[in-house]
Amino acid sequence: MAKTVTYRRPNPDTQPPYLHPAYVSSLKRAPSKSLVYLPHTLSEVTGPTFANEPMDVKACDLTRQHSGEPLGERIIVSGRVLDEEGRPLRHSLIEVWQANAAGRYLHKRDQHDAPLDPNFTGCGHTLTDAEGRYRFVTIRPGAYPWGNHHNAWRPAHIHFSLFGAAFASRLVTQMYFPGDPLLPFDPIFNCTADESARKRLISLFDWETTIPSQALGFKFDIVLAGRDATPMET
Amino acid sequence: MSRQATTSQTVGPFFSIGMGTAIHDNLVSAGTSGERVTIEGHLLDGDGISVPDAILEIWQANSHGKYAHPEDQQDKPVDPSFSGYGRIPTDDQGKFRFTTIKPGPVPDLDGKFQAPHIVASVFARGLLRRLVTRIYFPDEPANATDFVLNLVEASRRETLIAKKIAGVSGKLEWNVILQGPNETVFFDCGL
Ligand SMILES: [Fe+3]
Repeated sequence: MAKTVTYRRPNPDTQPPYLHPAYVSSLKRAPSKSLVYLPHTLSEVTGPTFANEPMDVKACDLTRQHSGEPLGERIIVSGRVLDEEGRPLRHSLIEVWQANAAGRYLHKRDQHDAPLDPNFTGCGHTLTDAEGRYRFVTIRPGAYPWGNHHNAWRPAHIHFSLFGAAFASRLVTQMYFPGDPLLPFDPIFNCTADESARKRLISLFDWETTIPSQALGFKFDIVLAGRDATPMET
Repeated sequence: MSRQATTSQTVGPFFSIGMGTAIHDNLVSAGTSGERVTIEGHLLDGDGISVPDAILEIWQANSHGKYAHPEDQQDKPVDPSFSGYGRIPTDDQGKFRFTTIKPGPVPDLDGKFQAPHIVASVFARGLLRRLVTRIYFPDEPANATDFVLNLVEASRRETLIAKKIAGVSGKLEWNVILQGPNETVFFDCGL
């Protein structure tokens, strides 16, 4: 008989609730009924794999997607994708998207009257290597205003989408920058109760990956759900 | 266990520049085996207002009930023309549509089979983490004994079962209602 090794459930404090009234968009979109606990079956412990998808090198260098260089402070964002036991997630797809240096997204619904940059699209993707490492070259995104409350500004952030090995480990998150004065005021960053969990969303400035005369390095490690120790008999 | 999974954050309103570059709303090609089905629906918030900035991701087995994933050790045929993964945005009216095949049955945790189903994640502005749900098929006798459907109170089960559209074959309707009396059943899947 095959065995289904299920995925660990997060400590509830380390993940956001659906309803977080300070984040106004959650008011009408958060479910009002309790979630039904779903035991992980073969449907949840499998998931899409992208290891064989062709990757364009320009996809992980957001400064090389146009004829000219984008404006802004060039940065290198790198890190590892691990599971909760510290095992690397190999050849796993990561997608990123972000605003340009002026805090504007190349998106039809972005109403912020900051300039678009003809040399910056703001999206990329890559696969982790055999040690779970990834690396993006990009520019530091600007903060941007939003309509959540009076004088609301999002701290600078890069959106990250990760698949890991299974449907059960799928994660979309945001990476922030150290020392950002907007962080204490941002309802999205602050939606999670556990302070150390919030802090892990803030990248670390990193001399190791900083390239002289070229780009500052920021480290951002991401942890996806790990496997339970005991398999379920199936 | 030395680490804890990274905190989820919303995809925000502008995810389509990132996640939107890999739209995959037709999972089927000429060589794919199985019964073709187009599933369409409407995504609505707690006020019944359309949600135009959402994206669905689906994952399913092939027509034999085999997942294209190394963890599926069942002795069943793989279909090289079918990955089982789809990514479908809602349009300006909050509507979505995708074409796939009806999956075969996959095992449950007791050595029996689950009714044919598609697992789905919903991402949107306003959702700090994804919502997880399932799509089942109408007129499917196995629905009555499916252990996941039976975890759901009977009055809410129908939110998980796609409906036939009268007079149209091969097309099903399945809506997602994020909040309210007719709210779709969402599952606690962990992350
Ligand atoms: Fe953003």
